[in-house]
Amino acid sequence: MNTKVIMMNQELKTHINEALKKGVRLDGRKKDEFREIEIKTGVVATAEGSALVRCGDTEVIAGIKLQVGEPYPDSQDQGTMMVGSELLPLSNPNFEGGPPGIDSIEVARVIDRGIREGKAIDTKKLCIRVGELVWTVMIDVLPLNHDGNLIDVGGMAALAALENTRMLKIENDKIVIGKRTDEKLPICSMPVPVTVLKIGDNFIVDPTFEEEAVLDARLTVAVLEDDSLCALQKGGKASLTTKDIKGMIALAIDKSHELRKKINEAL
Amino acid sequence: MRKYTERENGRGFNETRPIEAKAGVIKKADGSAYFRIGKTTAYAAVYGPRECHPKHMQDPKTGILRCNYNMMPFSTEDRVRPGPSRRSKEISMVTEKALLPVVNLTDYANAVVDVYIELTETDAGSRCAGICAASIALADAGITMKDMVAAVSCGVVDHQVAVDLDGPEEHLHDLDVADIPIAMVPSTEEITLLQMDGKVSQEELLQAIENVKPALKRIADIQRKALKDRYK
Repeated sequence: MNTKVIMMNQELKTHINEALKKGVRLDGRKKDEFREIEIKTGVVATAEGSALVRCGDTEVIAGIKLQVGEPYPDSQDQGTMMVGSELLPLSNPNFEGGPPGIDSIEVARVIDRGIREGKAIDTKKLCIRVGELVWTVMIDVLPLNHDGNLIDVGGMAALAALENTRMLKIENDKIVIGKRTDEKLPICSMPVPVTVLKIGDNFIVDPTFEEEAVLDARLTVAVLEDDSLCALQKGGKASLTTKDIKGMIALAIDKSHELRKKINEAL
Repeated sequence: MRKYTERENGRGFNETRPIEAKAGVIKKADGSAYFRIGKTTAYAAVYGPRECHPKHMQDPKTGILRCNYNMMPFSTEDRVRPGPSRRSKEISMVTEKALLPVVNLTDYANAVVDVYIELTETDAGSRCAGICAASIALADAGITMKDMVAAVSCGVVDHQVAVDLDGPEEHLHDLDVADIPIAMVPSTEEITLLQMDGKVSQEELLQAIENVKPALKRIADIQRKALKDRYK
C-alpha cells in the first residue's frame, strides 16, 4: 500500500470515528444494523448445491461440489469437507490475481472452522465404506462484488448452499456424472458467523469495505442455534479487553438470530 | 451415412440458446456485465485505465488491455481446481486479441485496462460468453470503442452447421463434432476470434462463418440493449 492510500485512510478513519461517536455510519445505518440481505439458492446448475447472497453491495456466490475419496487416517468412518475462497480481482479494485493471499485464506479458514466445529455436516453419514471410501464436500465461496464483511456473507452463502445440496449417485465407487438424487446432505446445525468490528470505542456489525479498511480490531464468532459458540477469530492490530470481548460476543449472538432467520426463510 | 437432421435440443440450426445480458452488475468495478447464453453464465468486470504493474508491461505509446478468464470451481460437473491453467491462460490471451481491435487506449499511455471474466456456470461456449460480457463491461466502463464484439461458438456436426452448440451436442459420441468459436465486430463483419477443434472442409468452415453472422448481429443488439437499459 502506498503512502497516499494510508493518508486517505487516516482522513477516512477520523471521519468514520467522529460520525460513530454520534452513532452514525457513512451509509446512515445504526451501529448494530446489517445492510439489506437477499438470498437465492440453486443458482448454479453444475453445482450440487449453490447460493447467491447479497448484503448491500457485497455479493457472494457459494457452490458445493461432491467428490469421493479416501478418508483421513484418524477418522476412517467419516466424510471430509473443505472450504475454499479466493478474493477475486473481479470483485474489488484492490485485489490482484495470482495464488490466494493471506486474506483469502483467512476468509476460507474461518468459514471452514464454523462449519466444521459446529458439526453442521454429519460427516459419519458421508462414509460409504469405512476406511476406504467417503464423500468429500468441497465448498467454494467467491465474491462477485466485495464491499466488506466477506466472512459473514460468505458464511451465509456456504450454509444456504449446503442446505440446497443434493447428493450424487454412485456406481462401482464412481460418481455418475450429472445424476443428482433427491437426497439432501446430512445437515444437523447452522453455525452462523458474525463479525463485530471495533473502531475507536465503537462496535459495529456488517462493515463496508471502507469501514474494514480503518478497523482497529475485529472478532468473528460462529454461533449455533443454542447460542453456543463454535469458532472464533480475532483480527486487526489493536488488542481487546475482556469487556470488549464480552460486548462483541453478546452483539454477535444477538445478530446471529436475525441472520439464521434470513437463511431459513430463503430455504 | 448418418446425418444430423434435427438438433437434440429442438433448436433450429441457426438458432442460439436464450440470451440474457445486463450491464453494471458489479458495483466496485468501473464497468461490468453479466451475459448468459443457455446455462453458460459469465460475469465481467473492468478496472481502469489504471497504473500498470508490473512496470515492464507498460507501453509509453498506449494503454494496454489485460484479460483474465477464470472458471469458478463449481462451474462444471467435475470441480475445477482454482488457479490458472494452460487452458485458462490461452483463453485469456485470445479474449484479449478478440477485444483489442475495437478498443482505443491511445489516450492512456502507460496504463492498463484490466478485464476479469468469471464463469459461474458453464455448458459449452464459455469463452464466447466471456467475450460478450467483457465487451459490454468495457463499454460500460466508458472505454472508447469502435463497436461491440459479439461472439458465439459455431458447430459443425456431421457436416451440418449448427450455431451455438450446448454441452450435450459438443459431446455427441457417434458423430463428428467440430467446434468453432467466432467473435466478430458486427458493423464491419471483421472476425477477431477464430479457433476450431474438430474436422471440417473449407466449404463447411465458410458456411459456418456465414451462418453465424445473423446470430452475432442479434447478440450485438442484446449487448447494446443491456447498456441502454442501465440508464432507464
